[in-house]
Formats: sequence, C-alpha cells, structure tokens
Amino acid sequence: MATVRVELPAHLRTLTNTGNEVQVEVAGHVTQRSVLDALEAAYPVLRGTIRDHDTHKRRAFLRFFACEEDLSHESPDAPLPEAVALGKEPFLIIGAVAGGNFSLCRYG
Amino acid sequence: MSSVRVLIGTKKGAFIATADGKRQNWQISGPFFGGWEMYHLKGSPVDPNRIYASQTSGWFGQLIQCSDDGGKTWAVPGGAPEPKMGMPQGQSNKFAYDTGPTGKPLTTHQWYDGTQHPWEFKRVWHLEPSLTDANTVYAGIEDAALFRSTDGGTTWQELAGLRGHETGPKWQPGAGGMGLHTIILDPTNPKRIWIAISAAGTFRTDDGGATWKPINKGLYSKFLPNPTAEVGHCVHHIAMNPKRPGVLFMQKHWDVMRSDDGGDTWTEVSGNLPTDFGFVIDIHAHEPETIYVVPIKSDGEHFPLDGKLRVFRSRNGGNEWQECSRGLPQNNCFVNVLRDAMAVDQLDDCGIYFGTTGGQVYCSPDGGDTWAPIAEHLPAVLSVEVQSLK
Repeated sequence: MATVRVELPAHLRTLTNTGNEVQVEVAGHVTQRSVLDALEAAYPVLRGTIRDHDTHKRRAFLRFFACEEDLSHESPDAPLPEAVALGKEPFLIIGAVAGGNFSLCRYG
Repeated sequence: MSSVRVLIGTKKGAFIATADGKRQNWQISGPFFGGWEMYHLKGSPVDPNRIYASQTSGWFGQLIQCSDDGGKTWAVPGGAPEPKMGMPQGQSNKFAYDTGPTGKPLTTHQWYDGTQHPWEFKRVWHLEPSLTDANTVYAGIEDAALFRSTDGGTTWQELAGLRGHETGPKWQPGAGGMGLHTIILDPTNPKRIWIAISAAGTFRTDDGGATWKPINKGLYSKFLPNPTAEVGHCVHHIAMNPKRPGVLFMQKHWDVMRSDDGGDTWTEVSGNLPTDFGFVIDIHAHEPETIYVVPIKSDGEHFPLDGKLRVFRSRNGGNEWQECSRGLPQNNCFVNVLRDAMAVDQLDDCGIYFGTTGGQVYCSPDGGDTWAPIAEHLPAVLSVEVQSLK
C-alpha cells in the first residue's frame, strides 16, 4: 500500500473541504487510474469532476503533472514516477489556464 | 411576520438575500461555491428549507448541491465518503442520456451549421422541485433534455420521451447553446408539464412525461426557413400563474406571446413595447393578467434601449404596456437580464425581483411601481428565485 499525495485545484478543494493536498492509500501499482480511483473512493463528491463517470477519460480542461512533467497524455495505466509512489512528490491535478468552454452560455 | 428569501445564482457563486415583509432592509450571505457558475437555485414548495442548486464549471463539470436548512449549509447528494449499502455514490452529477429501448433516444440534433451533431451533456440550466414531494426534482439540461430525481438529487433519470420526439433532429442550439431552460408543473394536474428549449420551442406532456407534443402554433420566427415551423423557435422563457394553469405567457427571441389554451395556440401581445426582444417574463402572484417584461434592444445588442433599464408592466394580459422605471438606472445602463433572472413573491403586496449581468439585483415591493437595489456589485446574475416564508 502506497501513500500518494494529490494536489487539488482550488475549485475542487471547495468540494472536498480540504487543504490543497490530500493523501490517498493506493494498493498495487501506482498509476493515474489507481490514484484517481483511490481519490474518488475517499471523496465521492469528485466523481465526474476530474474524469468521465463511465469512460474515465480525463476532462478536456484538466491536466496531470508530476515531477515537473506533463503526464496528461500518458496512458492511465502507466506507472507514475517513483517519487510520487514514494510520497516524495505530489501528483498534481491542474485546471488548464485557458479553458472553460461555453462560458457565455446564458447570454444567448 | 412574513419574510422573503431571494436565491441568486451568479457566474462566480451563489448569494442569498433575506428581508422581512417590508423588503427594504436586506441581509446578504455568500458567496456560496465561490468561483463556480451557479446557474440556478430553487426551493421546494413542500419544504422551503430544502433548496437545490446547479453548480457548474467548464473545467470541472456539473454538480448538484442541496441544502436542508434554507441555504446555511450545503452538501452534494451522495457525496459523503461513507458508502451506503447498495446505493450508488457520487452520482448526483451523472446525467446519462437514455439509450434504453423505451425512450426512442435520438443520436443527433441539428448543429449551428445545419448538420447533425451528437447529444452532449454540458450543464444543468434549471432545477424545478416537485410541488408535492421534496425529494423529487426536475432538471433541464444542455444539450436539451429533461431529467428527474426522486431521491433528493442523488441519482437522475431522463424522461426520454421528450428527446425521442420525432422532431428532435430539427432542434438546434440558440446563441447560448441548446438548453432546456423552463419547466412548469401544473398544480391541478400532476401529469401535465410544460418545458421550453432554445431553439426548439415549447413542448407539453399530459401523461407525466412519457410522450410530448410541440405547442408552437402561432409563433413566427423569421430566422427559420419556414417561420411558422412546428419546432425551431427560440423561446426565451415562459411563465404561468399557478392559480390559472391554462394561461401561459412567453418571451420569445422577438415577440411577447400569450396562450389561453395551455399552449395549443399562441397570439402576440407585444403591443406598444419599445422593443419586443427580451429574455425574462413573469406574472403578478395575485393578478393573473398583470405581467412583466424587461425589453432588450435587439438580438445583436443585449442591453436596454437608450441606456435606460426599464421594466414594462401590462395590467390586462398584454398589448397595453406601461413603463415601470422608478428607482432603476436611467442613464448609461447597458446590462442584460437573463432568462431565469426574474421572480415574484407571494406576499399580499406582490414583490417583483430581477437581476442583471452587471451584478445588480432589484426588488419592487409594490408590484413594479418603485424599485430599489438589494445588491449592486455581485458577479453577473444568472438566475433569481424568491421564497415567501411565514
């Protein structure tokens, strides 16, 4: 069992009522999928806000970083860097700086 | 003594304003969910302390929030960390279009350029709590569909007969997307519901949502190849006085309309309005022929004529309108009033409320004669609802 640090963007922290970093216990290989599974099990309120309920595809305007690398387009089953698995570095969930589609919706 | 609670959804959070029956001194709490787009908040008529809210974001998607103490505290239904036996957790934001065999689901609707486009969930525009059960609530979503929850917003099921109507492939998004933005429940007939979609038009079910029919006869939309088509009209909002369920008033893209036969036919009542473009429309709580609109210059210029923010009131069901602007800004005002941003209370002297994209929320405690701001510097207001409390 690995203890993985996950850093959340501000909007999601208002849902989890936590600080900017939470810790989750991950069994088996430490991958994007296993970390997000553990995160959503601990905080069900996050389901659907980071990835699709059913396909588990990353939401379009979110990015995943760790150890100064952009992991957004890595396979969800690829191992995360060892420093993340060892709890030395956090897994970062970031809201893309440019994003927020259809933000003018009500104005039509 | 009676009091009112005004539920305000904005582009950057929700606010709640309360006042006693005089509606002069306001207490404002919030922002709730700061930074999130709060599309709509509405209280249950059965239990006024039960309030549902639509919380959305282009980055993080949709959430449903629920309060059981009049908006003091909130929780996401099913969002608690302790799973309950057999109950799906964390699914209050899961709006899955029906693909089952019963709803005749469609796979495409019309896109802006006339081609067919798949249905994609984007957000909840409007929440309409049941008139008889606090745990039942309807959601109007974009891309247009109607959902219902019977467990307090924990899980949602589509009433797919609407989207399965044969005209579905002809529905198209308005400039703001293809949202189902109006849901009206008939207090005298639990099987009758009216809904409106931009830009498809108005639909009614008389069998509890299993089947629907377009009710757009009398509408004229010059942007359509056939201006009197069965569907495709950009209906902006519909209002009904619950004491007179057969009579509906509509603010269309252009034109103010009324129906005296439950929507089967419509006639124009724009009359002497300075412009009949607009978004909101509402009805006095005790005078069902007294209606209110906020004229907007045009579909290209979403602000009041001449920089003057004016409500227009008709006391005889349309056609003859009088300006109600006392207390509203009459110089250099270029805000908009969005479709869900007007409401009326139920107090003896009916109060009228509306919010603007400039962050002002106004109240008239005397049926439109005079106006005063509740708040003047909020984020852009997306929706306004009011609860009358004893």
